[in-house]
Amino acid sequence: MTEQAGAAEREVLDVAIIGAGPAGLTAALYASRAGLGCAMFEMLSPGGQCAQTEHLENYPGYTRSTSGFELSMDMYDQATSFGARTISEEVTAVDFTAEPNMLSTPFNTYFAKTVIVATGTKAAQLGLPREEELRGRGVSYCATCDGNFFRGKDVAVIGGGNTAVADVIYLARICRKVYLVHRRDKLRATAIYHQRLAELDNVELCWDSVATEFLTENDERPRISGLRIRNQKTDDGRDLAVSAVFIAVGTTPNTEFLGGALALDAGGYIIADGTGRTATADVFAAGDVRTKELRQVVTAVADGANCAESAADFLNA
Amino acid sequence: MAEVIKSVDEFQTKVLEAKTPVLVDFFATWCGPCRMVAPVIDEIATEKAGELAVYKVDIDQSPELAFKYQVSSVPTLIVFENGQIKNERLGAQPKQNILAML
Repeated sequence: MTEQAGAAEREVLDVAIIGAGPAGLTAALYASRAGLGCAMFEMLSPGGQCAQTEHLENYPGYTRSTSGFELSMDMYDQATSFGARTISEEVTAVDFTAEPNMLSTPFNTYFAKTVIVATGTKAAQLGLPREEELRGRGVSYCATCDGNFFRGKDVAVIGGGNTAVADVIYLARICRKVYLVHRRDKLRATAIYHQRLAELDNVELCWDSVATEFLTENDERPRISGLRIRNQKTDDGRDLAVSAVFIAVGTTPNTEFLGGALALDAGGYIIADGTGRTATADVFAAGDVRTKELRQVVTAVADGANCAESAADFLNA
Repeated sequence: MAEVIKSVDEFQTKVLEAKTPVLVDFFATWCGPCRMVAPVIDEIATEKAGELAVYKVDIDQSPELAFKYQVSSVPTLIVFENGQIKNERLGAQPKQNILAML
């Protein structure tokens, strides 16, 4: 009986947006401004990875001094000013075969005619033994968070993309020496980073090298004391005496909660085109979580707008 | 807003000698994930008022507390009960994970 009463009162959102990073925030802006009833599901503060970026230098119209956090808060205020709501819960399961679509969190169940998935990505793990155990004990995925704990010490960064090189540049300011361990003989990072890297005299580049083992001290409460690496071309091994290892080897999409509800590519990203349409007619994907070439704030916001438009089209059809 | 603890003495009376369990958020002002989890911590503080005390420790203002509890990643969330560590988690966590620590 209560179930029926609940069902009669239950709210059905026009658009449920999972994730309030730049893609989700822009989808919410466009959907709410178009008069659609929409809510963003976000388990933390809005902004996603953008909010955790120290400086944004390549978001058009914003200057060098702009922090990702401030930009995110501006986006959030803009979206909510048109009526978009926030539900501070993590969506842990979905049922897109239900009518309407069903979203479950640890606290409630929600219903929506259309869904925009904008859950982004998280830092990828290296896959070495003891990686999880040593997290917070010298293994880190966030140089700007944990770098200060290793002030004046020697540290290593693993990776060769923009994040890895930005981490090296940041850490070189506070650490004594920074090793960059990269499996290839050149960096994928953007040219501007190469120049800045070349100006640093306390950075050593370890080319063609892969990490093979975390070395630790203090068996009772182990901490990183070194990193064993191997040069893939010469097969030479080497132990770097470092207090911390910062891992920046790319990202993994946050798609586990979908439980197979949407088609994913080999990397786990949601297969969707520029309109955000997936193989499921009333579900769309925006931002870093979608198959795409360039994962940036500027492409995420474009995705968000396209998805809101696609959702509106679906609702009006 | 969860109150920031400013001294070892204050930590002793408000956390270690507390009658209720205490959730402590070791954070830094410059840490992105710390800012991301802050509203979740505040929400839990409001919802659990009376049965759980919630405090923050700024690791730059209170390095001696950060050192004592071997904090080398922020945010670090620690639940204390009767002056002892009951549970500890690193990184920004969704609400249900923090509630599960209690």
